[in-house]
Amino acid sequence: MTITLFLPSADRGLRWLLRLSALLSAASLGGIVLVLLWRTGPFLWSQGGAVFASGWHPGAGEYGMAAMIAGSLLVSLLALAMAAPVAVTLAAWLRYYAPAALRRPTLILVELMAGIPSVVYGLWGLLVLVPWINRWAPPGASWLAGSLVLALMILPLALLVTDTALRQLPPTWSRAGEALALSRFGVLRRVLLPGAAPSILSGVVLQFGRALGETMAVLMVCGNVVQWPHSVFDPVRTLTANIALEMAYATGEHRVALFVSGLMLISVTAVLLTLAWRLRGHQHAPQ
Amino acid sequence: MHRSDRWAAVLGLIPWLLVVAPLTMMLAALWQQGQGVLSLAFLLEDPSRAGRAGGIASLLLSTGWILAVCLAVAVPVGLGCALFLSEEVRPGSATDRRLGFALDLLAATPSVVFGLFGYQFFAITLGLGFSILSGGLALSLMVLPLMIRSAEQALRGVPLSYRRAAEALAVSRWGWVRRVLLPNAASGIAVGVILSVGRALAETAVLLFTAGYVLRRPDSVFDSGRALSVHIYDMAMNVPGGTERAAATALVLVALLVLINLLIRRLVRRPFSGVVR
Repeated sequence: MTITLFLPSADRGLRWLLRLSALLSAASLGGIVLVLLWRTGPFLWSQGGAVFASGWHPGAGEYGMAAMIAGSLLVSLLALAMAAPVAVTLAAWLRYYAPAALRRPTLILVELMAGIPSVVYGLWGLLVLVPWINRWAPPGASWLAGSLVLALMILPLALLVTDTALRQLPPTWSRAGEALALSRFGVLRRVLLPGAAPSILSGVVLQFGRALGETMAVLMVCGNVVQWPHSVFDPVRTLTANIALEMAYATGEHRVALFVSGLMLISVTAVLLTLAWRLRGHQHAPQ
Repeated sequence: MHRSDRWAAVLGLIPWLLVVAPLTMMLAALWQQGQGVLSLAFLLEDPSRAGRAGGIASLLLSTGWILAVCLAVAVPVGLGCALFLSEEVRPGSATDRRLGFALDLLAATPSVVFGLFGYQFFAITLGLGFSILSGGLALSLMVLPLMIRSAEQALRGVPLSYRRAAEALAVSRWGWVRRVLLPNAASGIAVGVILSVGRALAETAVLLFTAGYVLRRPDSVFDSGRALSVHIYDMAMNVPGGTERAAATALVLVALLVLINLLIRRLVRRPFSGVVR
C-alpha cells in the first residue's frame, strides 16, 4: 500500500506476523514431506524396490504392496467411471433443462451430500450395500461395494465443479446457438461441454485423487483382504485402509513400510494436482 | 423445441434419480437403525460397556475439545496467511503460485497421511502421546488450506475503493486491517471458520492414531479422547451389536453438519454459494 520510510511499529509487527503465518502454513506441508522422508529414507535406500513386489507378509519381513496399490487404483477408477458421467450429465441437465423449482433444491441437497462424513457413507455401505451385494454374490464386502460408496462420495464435488465450469462460459455462446436455431442439446454437446472440458477434467482429476486418498468408507466396505481381485465381487484392500488397519499394532520395519505407503499417497496426490493445475492453466483449484 | 431437447429434458431425470435416491435411502436407513436409541438421554449420558450402553456425552465433550484445539491454531494462522496473500502478494506472482500450490497440495493430501504425520511428529517426537492436543493439532493442519482460501476470498472481496480511500487518508496498515478490512470481510471469514468446523467434525482417519480411542471424559487436552466420527467407526466395525448406536451417533453428526450448512447459507445470503467444504 503506502510506501513510507518509517513504518509505525505496529505495522512492522503486523507484516512479520503475516509472513510468519504464511511460512507456518507452507512449512506444515514441508514438515509432512520431511517427516515421511526421514522415517522411510533408510528403508527405501536398502530395500526400496521391494515395496512394488506382490507379497505383503509383515511377519516375514515381506512388504510388497503391489496388490494394495492395484486395489487402490481399481476401486478409485471404477468409482470415477461411475460418478463422472452421472455428475457431468446431471450438472448440464440442471443448468440447461431442469425446471428452476428442481434445480435449487437439488443443488442444496448436493452441497449437503458433499459435507456428509466418510464414516457415515461407510456405515451406510456396511448396513445396506454390503448385505445387498452379499445376496447376489457373497461375501458382499468387495471392490464393487467400495467403488459404489466412493462414487457416491465424489459425485457431489464433481457435479459442483462442472456446474461452476458451465457457469463461467461466456453467455454469448449459448445465445449464439439460440439465434442460429440450433437445438440446445447440440450446442451443449458441440460447444458448451467442449468449452468447459478443461475445467471439468481438472475437477475430475482432483476427485480421482480424493478417491485414492479416501480411507474410512473404503476400509468399512471393501473386505480388506490383501489380494488381486478376479472380479468386482472380490474383496480388496487399499493402501489407505492398510495404514488405518495396521498402524495400531505395527512396529519397527512394518511401521516404516506403512509410512512408505503414506509417502506414495502424497506423491501421487502431487502428480495429480500438477496435472489438474496444467489443465486449468494455473488457476486455483476449487476446494 | 427440438426433439433431441425434449428427450434430454426427460432423460435427465435418470441421473437425477441416481443421485437423489441413494442419499434418501441412506438417511432412511440410518434413521431406521438409529432412531430406537436416539433420545435426550443418549446425548446426556456417558457410554458404558465399550459403548454398547449409555449415550455419547463424553464423546461430545472430546469432540468439542479437539475442535477447540484445532480452531485455536487454524483460525489465527489461517487468517494471517490469508492476510499475507491478500495484502503482500501480487496475484499471479511467483510467491502466489508457489504458496498456492503448497496450499492446494495440503488440501488434497489424503487424511491418513495427516494421521501418520500427526502420530510421528506430535505424538512421538513432541511427546504429546495419544491426546486431544495431538489430534487437534494434526486436524488443524488439515483444515488450514480451507480456512485460508475462504478467508482470502472474503478479504479480496472488499472493494478496491475502500483501499484507495484508506491510502488517500494515509491510514496506517494496521489501522486499515483492523478498522476497515477485517470488519468488512467478517462474514466471509466466519463462513471460513464454520466450513473448517464442518470439515473437522467429519474427519476420522486423522484422529484414529493421534487422538486415540479412549471413551471416558477427558480431564485435560493431554488426555486421549474419542471423537464422534471415530465412535461411529469403532461401533460399526469393532463392537458386535454396536450398529444401532453407530447409526444414532451418525444421525447426531449429520444433524450437526446440516445445522452448520444452514448457518453458512444464512451468512452467505446467496441462494447457492458454490463454496463447499
